[in-house]
This record gives sequence, C-alpha cells and structure tokens, in this order.
Amino acid sequence: MVIQTPNGFELDNSGRRIVVDPVTRIEGHMRCEVNVDDQGVIRNAVSTGTMWRGLEVILKGRDPRDAWAFTERICGVCTGTHALTSVRSVEDALGIQIPDNANSIRNLMQLALQIHDHVVHFYHLHALDWVNPVNALKADPKATSELQQMVGPNHPMSSPGYFRDVQNRLKKFVESGQLGLFKNGYWDNPAYKLPPEADLMATTHYLEALDLQKEIVKVHTIFGGKNPHPNWLVGGVPCPINVHSTGAVGAINMERLNMVQSIIQQSLDFNRNVYIPDVIAIGGFYKNWLYGGGLSSQACLAYGDIPEHPNDFSPEQLHLPRGAIINGDLSVVHDVDPRDPEQIQEFVDHSWYTYGEPGKGLHPWDGVTEAQYELGPNAKGTRTNIQELDEAAKYSWIKAPRWKGHAMEVGPLARYIIGYAKGHEDIKDQVDGLLRAMDLPFDAIFSTLGRTAARALESEYCSRLQQHFFDKLITNIKNGDESTANIEKWDPSTWPKEAMGVGMTEAPRGALGHWIKIKDGRIENYQCVVPTTWNGSPRDTSGNIGAFEASLMNTPMERPEEPVEILRTLHSFDPCLACSTHVMSPDGEELTTVKVR
Amino acid sequence: MSQIETFYDVMRRQGITRRSFMKYCSLTAAALGLGPAFVPKIAHAMETKPRTPVIWVHGLECTCCSESFIRSAHPLAKDVVLSMISLDYDDTLMAAAGHQAEAALQETIEKYKGNYILAVEGNPPLNEDGMFCIVGGKPFVEQLRHAAKDAKAIISWGACASYGCVQAAKPNPTRAVPVHKVITDKPIIKVPGCPPIAEVMTGVITYMLTFDRLPELDRQGRPAMFYGQRIHDKCYRRPHFDAGQFVEEWDDENARKGYCLYKMGCKGPTTYNACSTVRWNEGVSFPIQSGHGCIGCSEDGFWDQGSFYNRVTDLTQFGVEKNADQIGLAAAGVVGGGIALHAAVSALKSAQKKTQDRKSAKEEV
Repeated sequence: MVIQTPNGFELDNSGRRIVVDPVTRIEGHMRCEVNVDDQGVIRNAVSTGTMWRGLEVILKGRDPRDAWAFTERICGVCTGTHALTSVRSVEDALGIQIPDNANSIRNLMQLALQIHDHVVHFYHLHALDWVNPVNALKADPKATSELQQMVGPNHPMSSPGYFRDVQNRLKKFVESGQLGLFKNGYWDNPAYKLPPEADLMATTHYLEALDLQKEIVKVHTIFGGKNPHPNWLVGGVPCPINVHSTGAVGAINMERLNMVQSIIQQSLDFNRNVYIPDVIAIGGFYKNWLYGGGLSSQACLAYGDIPEHPNDFSPEQLHLPRGAIINGDLSVVHDVDPRDPEQIQEFVDHSWYTYGEPGKGLHPWDGVTEAQYELGPNAKGTRTNIQELDEAAKYSWIKAPRWKGHAMEVGPLARYIIGYAKGHEDIKDQVDGLLRAMDLPFDAIFSTLGRTAARALESEYCSRLQQHFFDKLITNIKNGDESTANIEKWDPSTWPKEAMGVGMTEAPRGALGHWIKIKDGRIENYQCVVPTTWNGSPRDTSGNIGAFEASLMNTPMERPEEPVEILRTLHSFDPCLACSTHVMSPDGEELTTVKVR
Repeated sequence: MSQIETFYDVMRRQGITRRSFMKYCSLTAAALGLGPAFVPKIAHAMETKPRTPVIWVHGLECTCCSESFIRSAHPLAKDVVLSMISLDYDDTLMAAAGHQAEAALQETIEKYKGNYILAVEGNPPLNEDGMFCIVGGKPFVEQLRHAAKDAKAIISWGACASYGCVQAAKPNPTRAVPVHKVITDKPIIKVPGCPPIAEVMTGVITYMLTFDRLPELDRQGRPAMFYGQRIHDKCYRRPHFDAGQFVEEWDDENARKGYCLYKMGCKGPTTYNACSTVRWNEGVSFPIQSGHGCIGCSEDGFWDQGSFYNRVTDLTQFGVEKNADQIGLAAAGVVGGGIALHAAVSALKSAQKKTQDRKSAKEEV
C-alpha cells in the first residue's frame, strides 16, 4: 500500500520487511523496521523506542531543588544537560538570578559535555558505520603516516612506526579469534568505501579518542565532583571560588583553573587536528553517498543555548542559535516560544499511551501520559514476542512532539542550518570552509554526512567557546567577583504558593526542554520534551513521519539483510532512547499514590 | 577453554614487552591495594589465564555505567577491551546490530557455557509483561534470564542493577527490580553507585581475572575492598566535622575554606563507597571536594530518603574501625536522631568543643 504523508514522503510497505532489533551503538533501546523494494531501496521506515521508565511521575511531590539529580539520571551519556535544564526551569519558576561566575562555569560544563559527547559519538558509536577495522590490516603504515601528515599536519602522533604498532596490535587481536566488539560486524559489505590506510588512521583515532574522552570530562569533575553525573545547584553552582587565601585548596583555586585551561587546550587540539580532518578525509570517500537528509532540508528546530550573560536567554545573547525553519524556507527563521500552548504539542495516536480521545495534542504544561501497550491488528508475533509491528496502530514508547503541527529535526545539523540561515558568523565560516574543503555544494549538508560533519564543526566551535568562558571567568575573578551562588530563595519558605517555569538547553542531540509546576514547595507536575523524542518520533495524527523515519527513506542498501546503511543514518542522529522514552505524567488517581517521605 | 589464549599471550602478541607487562602487574597490585609481594602472583595469573568472555546486557538504565567504565585510567578501557576480557556482546558498543548481534550473544553463550561473566547494566521492569524494556521484540527480562543461565558469575553494575535506582524510586511505575530479584541461583557481585567509579569497575574485573575468584563480599553483596567504609570515614574534610566547622550556606566563607558539608545535607556519613579515597576521573576530585555534599548514590533506595539537602539524622556513633557489616547490624536497631549525640561524642572525643556547633547540630534534629 502506498501512502503520501503530509510532510512529503511516499511510503510503500509492500516490499520485503527488514527488522533491526536491537539497534546497537546507541544509548538505550531501539528497534527499526523498513520495507525495501526489489532494488533494495528503503520505501517505508518505522522507528520504535523500546523502553520506558516513567521518571516524571517519580518526580511528583518531591523537592524542586532535588529535581536536577533525578532528571540527570534520564541519561548518563548526555550527562549534566538534563540537570542544567532542570535547575533553569526551577530558577525560571522562582525568579532566581544566578551570578556571572555560575553562568560561566555552567557554560564550561555544558560545552564540555557537547565536546565529549560529539567525540565519543563519532569515534565509538558512529565510526564503525564508515570505517572497517578489519580492512585496516591491509594498510601500509608508511602510506598511513603520509595520509595523516597530509590531513592533520599538526597532529604529533603520525609516524609510520606508530601506525605499525597499532596495526600489529589490531592484527593480533583479530588473529586471536576473539573479536569481541567487532564480532559479527559487516566487514565484507561493499558499503564500506575507505582504502585500508584511511581505515587504519581512523581505527587508530578510535583508540586515541578513547584515551582523550576521559580528559574532556574532567571539567565536570573539577566543578561538579564527578563524571558521569556531576553535581549542580539551584541558584548557581556548588563549587565555591577561593583563589587568594587560606582554605583555597578546598575550593576552585589556581591549580584547578590551570587544569581546566589545560583540558580546554587538549580538546581544541584534538578537534582541530584529528576530529575535523578525519571527517573531511572519511567524508571524501563517501561524497557520493549523500542520503539520509530526511527532514533537515524542510523542518528544523533549536531552542538555543550558551548564554553570554547570566539569566538572559534572548536569542541574540545565545552562542548556539535558537529558531525554527519550516517548509524548507531558509529565508525565514521563526521565533520559538516554549510557553505558547499552540507551538509545542505532543501527540500519542501512534505511541503506547492514551489521552482518552484520538487526535489530541497537548502542550507540556498540560501533558498527560497514560500507558497503553497494545499492538495493531496487522502486527506479527505476540504481545511479548514481536516479529513485525503495525505502524498504522500504536508502535512506540516515544510520543510524537510537533512544532505548530510540523515534525521537526533537532540536533547539531538543525542548529547549524538555523545558525547558517540566521547569518551566525562562526557557523557560516565553518560550514562554508568545510564545503569548500570537500568541494561540495550547500545542499550536500542535508544528509547523513552533513549531520556527522555538523557535529564535528560544533565540537570545535564549542572548544573555542570554552576558552571564551574560561577567560571571562578569570576576568571576573580578577575584578573581585568570586560569587558562585545566589541563595536568596534557597529556603522554600521564601517561594510563592504556586509557580511555573521552563528550562531549555541544547543537549548534544538537540533541543531539550523541561516544564515544571511548583505548588506548596513541592513539584506538582514535571514534563520533559527531549531531542530523541523529536527525532525518533513515530507518526502523528495526520500521518507525518518523524526525523529518523524520514531520513531512512529512499536509501539504497547494498545487502538488505546487513543493516549498515540503516545504522549509519540512524547513528548520525546520535539516538538517546533513555532520554526519549522516560516520559510519563499520570492521571489524577496515580498522583494521589505518590508518597514522599 | 584451551582454544583461548592467555592474557599474557595476548598482551605479548600485541607488542607489549615483558617489562611493560610487569609494570602493569605492579600498577594493578597498587590499584587493588596489594603489596609488592602480590606482583609475581598477578603476573603468574595473567601468564596462565585465558581471556574471559564477557556478555554485557542493558535493561532500563541511563548508560552512565558504560560511560563511567570507558573513563577508566588504570587500566585504560581500551586495554581492558582489547587485552583483558573478550567483550563478545554489548549493545552499547558492538559493531553488529539486530540479527547479527543476537547471533553473537547466542554463540558466546553456547561456546563458553559456564565460563563467561555476565555484566548487567540497568534492570528489568516487570509490569506490562516486561515490555517496558524490549530487546529483539521480547522483554529484556527474558534476555537477562537466558544469559544468566550459563554464566559463571554476574556483575550488577551500578545502582540500577544492584538496587533499582531512579526508575525504581517511589512509586516505581514500571516495577523495575534489581537483578538479584529475578536471578537467584548465581553468585552476584553488586558494584553500586550512580555510576560506580571507573577504576572500581575495572578493579573488580581485574581482581576476578587475577585471582580467579570472586572478591570478598559484604552482607549486601558488595566487594568489601571498595565498599567497606563510609565516605565520611576517609573524607579529607573529616577534621572539620570533628572540629565543628561547617558550611552554613552555599558559597559562604566556610564553603570557600573547604569546611564540612554535613549541614548542607552531605550523605557521606551514611554512604559506603570509595569516593573519598579512589576519587573520580583519575583521582581529580569527588563530590565533596567540589563543594557539593554526597547524595549517597551507592546506597539502596537513596532516592527515597528525603531531600538531598536534608541533614542526615540516622548517623550512628561508630568510629572508623567498624566496617559496613558491623555498623549495618547495629544500625538496624537504631532510630533517627542520633546526630546530636554523635556531634557531642565527636566533639568530646577530639576535645575540641565548639559549643556553637553542638547547639546548631541539636537545633537541627
């Protein structure tokens, strides 16, 4: 049967059905089903979130000052961004102004997350979709060294001996017969296009990045005590500053600041000398594989983040851009208002929830979620052994959020398209430079490769922003301001009886919002709409498909039984399923059963 | 098992010299808190032991345990994965997906029956027939039971697998349960924390590979070597506690001097973990050092003990010489409100009476 979706895709589910479950190298649990035609081209795509935890109901009745810790546990990969969003929502509700230093420190932490997440995503979750480590065994280490010196001349680890050592280690590993994580990979699939030298270089960087990523997060450890899951504070940051006098060893002091500076430099070097050159080098061999654009050329959304000044979230003050693009018109970037009940709404007609009546969309303030797990009449298998889903019915633990009715893509590519459309100078320079280096037209950005490249560019931009906020922090301390927390409204007795607020960030994967209602000093309602809810959304009432589904459409597969191309495109979004499927707000009855001690 | 290479073979074949190997053994001994006499023993074990297959499954979770694991500095995560274990199934990191991933799991179970370690991150939900967490179209709990059946031992990574963690906080809408509630016939090592410290995770694995036995566990099933004492017992701010010097509010003068965070709700006095000794991220810091109290993330049910900023009121008055089991047994009969007494005892003990602080500690109760 052929269906035309309102957002412009032609779905045909008559061909062979391919099921991928589990989708691996993502955070959380996900399933994907596609139909391919006789030529092996994807003609229908179904993406399913396969986990659900119900954190919002758990939050009800708790102390709003604790909410950051609960929501931080929504995701340990994008660790910290939910916590930041949470403290912002509480501060918004209670009108708390944070000090300048707290803004700089929070930005340093949020940027560290962006960089860490992007690096780990590219090398450890995504690279194996482009890079074949087994093929690296055939490489000439000397030629690899030359390649390295050509693409990343400033990277010190580039000698033939170095690559020979890595190759030997890899060789012994493969020969041992215990392939570990590489077991059952698709290593003879023609979808892999790199020459052995590029495979060896990239595999070497897989290992280098694994060493480096543990350094990037030390920014969290210094300011928040640990990573994953550093500590945050409503009203500022928990770490005091003392650079001058007795007791400085118990606070942020010169030694701590020096460590932060050293990490910023390491991250910047890696982004410039390894990450971006790798993307250009690898991308060069996949220039003809420009599939996977999906919704990116027509509908993108970003809330914006990294405020230059504390407590000022106006779009022109944000280093990561805010805005919405619809109908493929890049000449207009619409304003986004998370408080407007008509803008952001969630639908559940194809999700395993019910609103009691079909076709209804709810703003997060009024969000309701009541689980209703049921398979459609055309599903194959049983309730606890699903063979094939019926996408005409309910088929996912993810809701379908829409912006003014549009399915939207969020994430690094969406941010970069919006930034480009708004004439954001840093973003424009980076994008134009990359396209020049790769000799590609602007439209090439609307692709799986574009998504992957935007992430690399953003990682480098975030490193520069880290330096900016580090310098700002130092200047402010120099000027005599060591304040890190505003405790005027720490005591709940100072709060109004009722309050509501919104917190927004740009998580590595895209636009993230928390909506909170506070009553009598306790959380009355808490709702999160997260990046992978947008990207991984199932169909909505009108039949619009979500960003994952759209991106898979019309992609040819070399061997349909080996899902290399599906993984490549899904991974380009960096799916985070624990984030997207935690959502639940109960009906009134459940509310009364929440017991807080 | 003869087809599997020894750990030492693999390291040598991967270009690691004998000298580096011995250095590695010394570092391992040090990381495990063992003396130099253990170095030859570790070396011998590694020379003769095969690489142990590990299956790492994921339930309801946030993946912070995996993220923590890859932060390990000694040993490096890459060395663990390439040279120490054979990570044959891990849906977060493995190359294959779908049918090929499921086949990898099945092959490993069959080939290494009774000889693989099952590592569990996250936990199974039991409501909705288990379908709040689906893997391969089936409830995760089925995969867990299947993989557990032929495992040599099970490691419960983190607070989720050990105790339930955030999704099991009240009212636990999915009825998420820790691993030991569904697997009852296998040895289970709990490595709690949200997440556990990276070097504790790799330390537990290395211990098992090195000594070919499970670590000594306390009554709750945690390795005694890392979870035997309270954070408070080894906290570098403990002298300020004993001296009655406390942070009174965020970012005050006392906070800038690094005083004790007890009054800000620090759960160090009731939390058993290695944070104040091993510390986090290669020893860079830990929550208390960065200025925020411990939230008690390695304790059972820590989400449901009231606000993280409420002062601990069930502090028992034992000294550092007592371990988790002894205190746990005694604490069973102790009711809340012990802190005023403790503060007084502590102050008397150290003969550093600060009347002001005793007074405020009493006021709190």
